[in-house]
Amino acid sequence: MTDVSATPAPAATSERPRGRSFGKIALRWLLYIVLGLFALYYLMPLFVMLTTSLKSLEEIRTGDLLSLPRELTFDAWRTAWSEACTGIQCEGVKPYFWNSVMLAVPAVLISTLLGAMNGYVIAQWRFPGANIIFALMLFGCFIPFQVVLLPMARMLGLMGIAGTIPGLIFVHVIYGLGFTTLFFRNYYVTIPVELVKAAKVDGAGFVRIFFAIFLPLSIPIIVVSVIWQFTQIWNDFLFGVSFSQAGTQPVTVALNNIVNSTTGVKEYNVDMAAAIIAALPTLLVYIVAGKYFIRGLTAGSVKG
Amino acid sequence: MAKWFETHLPKIVLAPSFIAILIFVYGFIAWTAWVSLTRSRLLPRYEIEGFIQYDRLFASPRWDTAMNNLYIFGALFIGVSMILGLILAILLDQQIRVEGAIRTIYLYPMALSMIVTGTAWKWILNPGLGLEAMVKGWGYENFTFDWLVNPDMAIYTVVLAAIWQSSGFVMALFLAGLRSVDTEIIRAAQIDGIPTWRVYVSIIIPSMAPIFLSAFIVLAHLAIKAFDLVIALTGGGPGYATDLPATYMYAMAFSRGDIGQAAASAMIMMLVVFAIVVPYLYSELRARND
Amino acid sequence: MKYTTLAAISSLALSVATIGHAEPQAEVLHWWTSGGEAKAVGVLQEEFAENGGSWTDMPVAGGGGDAAMTALRARVLSGNAPTAVQLKGPAIQEWYEEGVLADISSVAEAEGWADILPASIAGHMKCEDTWCAAPVNVHRVDWIWANADVLESNGIEMPTTWDEFNAAAEKLQEAGVIPLAHGGQAWQDATVFETVVLGLGGPEFFQKALVDLDPEALTSDTMKASFDQMRTLRGYVDDNFSGRDWNLATAMVMNGEAAFQIMGDWAKGEFLAAGKVPGEDFLCASTPGDGYLYNVDSFAMFNVDGDDKKAGQDLLAKLIVGPNFQKVFNMNKGSIPVRTDVALDEFDMCAQKSSEDMTAASDSGALLPSYAHGMALRGAQAGAITDVVTAHFNSDMSSDEAVQMLADAVANSM
Repeated sequence: MTDVSATPAPAATSERPRGRSFGKIALRWLLYIVLGLFALYYLMPLFVMLTTSLKSLEEIRTGDLLSLPRELTFDAWRTAWSEACTGIQCEGVKPYFWNSVMLAVPAVLISTLLGAMNGYVIAQWRFPGANIIFALMLFGCFIPFQVVLLPMARMLGLMGIAGTIPGLIFVHVIYGLGFTTLFFRNYYVTIPVELVKAAKVDGAGFVRIFFAIFLPLSIPIIVVSVIWQFTQIWNDFLFGVSFSQAGTQPVTVALNNIVNSTTGVKEYNVDMAAAIIAALPTLLVYIVAGKYFIRGLTAGSVKG
Repeated sequence: MAKWFETHLPKIVLAPSFIAILIFVYGFIAWTAWVSLTRSRLLPRYEIEGFIQYDRLFASPRWDTAMNNLYIFGALFIGVSMILGLILAILLDQQIRVEGAIRTIYLYPMALSMIVTGTAWKWILNPGLGLEAMVKGWGYENFTFDWLVNPDMAIYTVVLAAIWQSSGFVMALFLAGLRSVDTEIIRAAQIDGIPTWRVYVSIIIPSMAPIFLSAFIVLAHLAIKAFDLVIALTGGGPGYATDLPATYMYAMAFSRGDIGQAAASAMIMMLVVFAIVVPYLYSELRARND
Repeated sequence: MKYTTLAAISSLALSVATIGHAEPQAEVLHWWTSGGEAKAVGVLQEEFAENGGSWTDMPVAGGGGDAAMTALRARVLSGNAPTAVQLKGPAIQEWYEEGVLADISSVAEAEGWADILPASIAGHMKCEDTWCAAPVNVHRVDWIWANADVLESNGIEMPTTWDEFNAAAEKLQEAGVIPLAHGGQAWQDATVFETVVLGLGGPEFFQKALVDLDPEALTSDTMKASFDQMRTLRGYVDDNFSGRDWNLATAMVMNGEAAFQIMGDWAKGEFLAAGKVPGEDFLCASTPGDGYLYNVDSFAMFNVDGDDKKAGQDLLAKLIVGPNFQKVFNMNKGSIPVRTDVALDEFDMCAQKSSEDMTAASDSGALLPSYAHGMALRGAQAGAITDVVTAHFNSDMSSDEAVQMLADAVANSM
């Protein structure tokens, strides 16, 4: 915690005792109220989704959006997981979950590793043009995926991996490189160059320094990178629908099929349940790893 | 030989990623530029025909709306997210007891896909079903919040939902930044009797300039990707009032079999992004080179 | 020496045997993913399996096929096209021009499609002189649905002209009922628009304006009148229409909140699913005016390698136009068979009416493709028109401006 509020207290209270501490308490209350209001803003959609998924269709049609369910039913959840129709098969999102896992885990790991190596090179082994290369790689973060869809389809076809999970992994790694390199480069730039110099004097080479020194230091930023990449890759729809075929479709495609059927009857409670199920892994990652996230960004991190 | 290898190893390690980016980012941009000069319809064709696609693009009223929306949305989204993120970070920095829980609450929206965000907010902002109906139900008959169905105000609903999704993430970035400022400097300032707010404004925030870079890149990336959000929240409507270049491009390419037109719109969009991002990158990276 | 001859002969025999017994296989890309539609398509899959075929399902929902078309493009470009794709209207011919469709004329001729399909519909399934797609059903777009009780208690009959509709709407508004339930998505605006154009201008005008895209027709007074009527209709919908899904609008009619909805016959599926009886709880009629706007779903066959896939395509095509599938599928989906020789005794009264009207319209030349549902025009032109229609409906643009914008947009989209 930036020690701002800790220090002035002793000096201040001796000057203005009563009024100041009352003012401080009032400010504290105000602080909590403001934070609380924002918390409501952030929680409201999740609340709506949860309550809707627990209501029956009748109640949704006739009831109020933000009200609690009159009658709790978990039917929608069961349907969403294993019975909802995503086409001729009515097996819910369960079968597609595994596809997403098989796709996301390798892609996250590979892009993180590559990002770490790239960041290491750019930050610590400066050679002429390193910054320009970095800037060029950074620009890759801004390309909208619709633009690369068609030429990538062609490429994947030529490479023979169209419609396969490895193909999807390949695509996600390529377009994640910009971000992972950014994160690691920013992190490694704060590590003093003397460390590498000393290691070189001790006889260590490029590879040894990376694995023995930098990687162990990088846990916080690895967490940041993994969280970011996992979210982007798990939630991606466009690449998932374009570069997969029957049998390799990720969970976002299944969710879309359940929620977006055009001329069919809409079951809003199932839709919401399915959306929450599809979002659970990323939500879990954020809730569990959230504090490491901050730590990762703090520890030497993002500045510089 | 081993010495040569050792000296050039860094570049060799960097090379595959760099080459991949060259091909799959810049190569594809070049491909898009090429296609924008053709008469491609359903599938790409490669005979150059000139600038007709651009003529058609600038004659389209829908494109004008899309570009306007990009400016409005981009500026508001990035600006407000940054400011909100900063304010929230400063507030959270005040030794709050439940900081962990609050932080999680602010951060979790980023975990959701934009489709989910759009769907949830579409419900909440629907005048007949959501907030407006609820407040009216509480007795405030004259309350209206019909931005979603109002062609002039609809784009601001997209801004609202997008800020909801990402401001927590920006807050996390800034919180981390706040906490990595050198405490020595702060103590020195306080001993000098400088009030808290001025410490923030004159010392802490300026030293966080690099974090603004990361936050900006993340937000700009999301602004461009906001395609999913618009489709889920408003479908581009009412009419095409919430159209953005990304949705225009998608509609042209995939719904209307007009890939040449899509390519032209993509090029213009990337030019705009380029014009904003490059000077910023330049100033940031140049400063660091010293 | 003997062994090699033996080996050669047996491998030859084996390969002949396999050619003769190619197991039909098909990977089918479609967007029928909701319960009712999926069940309907499931019928095809069962028949396919009964005939020895193996079906691989590739469903991609959304946007009336947008996401599916994205996936299709990526698949075709990567050289990995699906076996059969749910495509309709001029898109079929557009893909044919890219050279990626297969030829199923052998099946079409063997099954005598030319005789059992209505002429204008058969035209959509052909690419130059070969058959390249198999039609599944005929949806009628220009239906108007009404809540029977609301109409009765306000003394209103189903309108046969747009003036009658307007008069009825005024009465309903005074009685506190929303005259027209509408969902504010671009395609729904377009649907209403084309029924207005058909009703005010008649079949010939519709053909000239929205199929042939004749500039004079597009800037004519009839077109201006159509936009005027759209403006009038705008006054008859409630304020929350924007972004509403079509089935929620149908629900409004079902529960009496609104009186009418203008929507294709898939709306019937909603009524039936809620247990409403046609003729008693809800009424169906063609929208004011003459003519019949059709929306035909079909499967186009793509160029694929492998005898088993080609066998799959032939089998699929045969089954799709087969009498059993035509009957069962359409009973589940709410549309009518495209085969003219299927008996409709088991279909409900709205479907029977639709079939009678279709035959009559076919004879009198009033059987027209729907522009709003991608049957009349290519994507770029249809999209350009819809942009203008929806912009006009959602603003206070004048009819003169709209008509000018329409002509410009169409010219710009060529």
